[in-house]
Amino acid sequence: MNTNFRWETFLEAFPIVLKGLGMTVGLTFACFGFALIFGFLWIFLRRIPNKPLVWLVTWMMEFIRSTPPLVQLFFIYYAWPMVPGVGVTLEPFTCAVLGIGIHYSTYIGEIYRSGIDSVDKGQWEASTALNFSTADKWKKIILPQAIPPTIPMLGNYFIIMFKEVPLASTIGVGGILFMANSYGALNFAYLEPLTIVGIIFLALSYPSSILIKKLEVKVNTRFDKNAVLSKSKKKNSIQEINLEGSDHIV
Amino acid sequence: MSKILVKNKENDILLNSEPIVKYRNVTKSFGDTHVLKGINLDIHPGEKIAVIGPSGSGKTTIIRMLMTLEEPTSGDILVNGTNLWKMDKNGSQVRANEKHLRDVRGEIGMVFQHFNLFPHMTILENCMSAPVHVKKESKEEVRERSIKMLERVGLGDKLHFYPSQLSGGQKQRVAMARALVMRPKIMLFDEVTSALDPELVGEVLEVIRDIARNDEMAMVLVTHEMDFALDVADKVLFLDQGVIAEQGTASDVLEHSNNERVQSFLKRFRRV
Repeated sequence: MNTNFRWETFLEAFPIVLKGLGMTVGLTFACFGFALIFGFLWIFLRRIPNKPLVWLVTWMMEFIRSTPPLVQLFFIYYAWPMVPGVGVTLEPFTCAVLGIGIHYSTYIGEIYRSGIDSVDKGQWEASTALNFSTADKWKKIILPQAIPPTIPMLGNYFIIMFKEVPLASTIGVGGILFMANSYGALNFAYLEPLTIVGIIFLALSYPSSILIKKLEVKVNTRFDKNAVLSKSKKKNSIQEINLEGSDHIV
Repeated sequence: MSKILVKNKENDILLNSEPIVKYRNVTKSFGDTHVLKGINLDIHPGEKIAVIGPSGSGKTTIIRMLMTLEEPTSGDILVNGTNLWKMDKNGSQVRANEKHLRDVRGEIGMVFQHFNLFPHMTILENCMSAPVHVKKESKEEVRERSIKMLERVGLGDKLHFYPSQLSGGQKQRVAMARALVMRPKIMLFDEVTSALDPELVGEVLEVIRDIARNDEMAMVLVTHEMDFALDVADKVLFLDQGVIAEQGTASDVLEHSNNERVQSFLKRFRRV
């Protein structure tokens, strides 16, 4: 067995490991998309005014969050087909999307909830006073205010999920970790391919987290569009406001 | 307080018409706290009513129940003869659902103490959103009407500003324009100057005065501005401990009332 790091092996393994990148990134997007949609479903179900249902949904979310995603993944892949009546055998990729997606959807649902709760009660009252339908209240008034502040948090979860996706290699989804492991098993060299996996994750995660920090700054100034466009313009508008205000005193 | 009361000439005619809103033995409790203990009140088309009284007397709750933001504990509120909080279902009266509330509250508008403008929309969009999405009116027509309304409240040069860029007084004027664009038959004002800096109160009262003089809608103002109430209101209600303790014309209540509670309230109020 090789104990020393060898550049020849590194260069040979690199393109092979890289072949799995498409799958890793694709699976991340699929899981994240699934979690984004499913997160909404949790929140929607919990808002139905039916006590037993709310209790059931809350308990299910707690259960999913309190068990390891790997166990859930194994359950869906190995145990689910044996459940009488509803059990079906699924593709590894589908299993991974379901397993990781559902697990993280419970966290994403909490993020949505925090965003919705952060919208002032007065916004609901004003939209009632203007006679908006329940659907329009959500679509035009509440969600446009609730979702933007959660975007940085959602972005963080995207990166977390990107780092959790290698779990899927345990059920045979061909991501970069799977490729590196296969290469290692075939050539009896694990140091180089796994180093490559580490480098690829770092190279993608770190810039993404910087991007999300920038996004956070943008989101925090979102209702003050002039402030983003031009600071001097904003100064002028404040002066205008002060003048205006004093003009109207009766 | 030596103002000459300008009486609404059409007042008598208005009072002879059928009330647009009727409260019948309306009560409201929050847990063990009985906020309102049997309110009976008629609001006639075009009538301007000021509601005054100590804080905690239930003034705001009265109008919040009409706006369907608070459900009465008992009693009925009728809007144009339709029971607001109850509806017929297979011959028996049941609690109103959202659809029923939507059908009945369409003619009511409200302005809030804390403005509650939509922060993600410009002030023009704030005015346009409800007529376009709720009443499904044509965008061009609503746009024109909204601009006219914003000009009327003195903000015609700020159409594309966001609420965060405005002063409190300006925000409140936008909130009034937003409610007026919906052309309500009844407008409710919930302590609309209470959250404002003192120097901004005047500009808001001026707009309300303008609406009261020139628009035909009924108005209910919960207010702490006594001189203002005397000036614009046809009728003043004095609310104390959950009941209407005194009512009458503005000068009856504010200047000539023999009711002890009214007097002690006004005395306390004027000392400040």
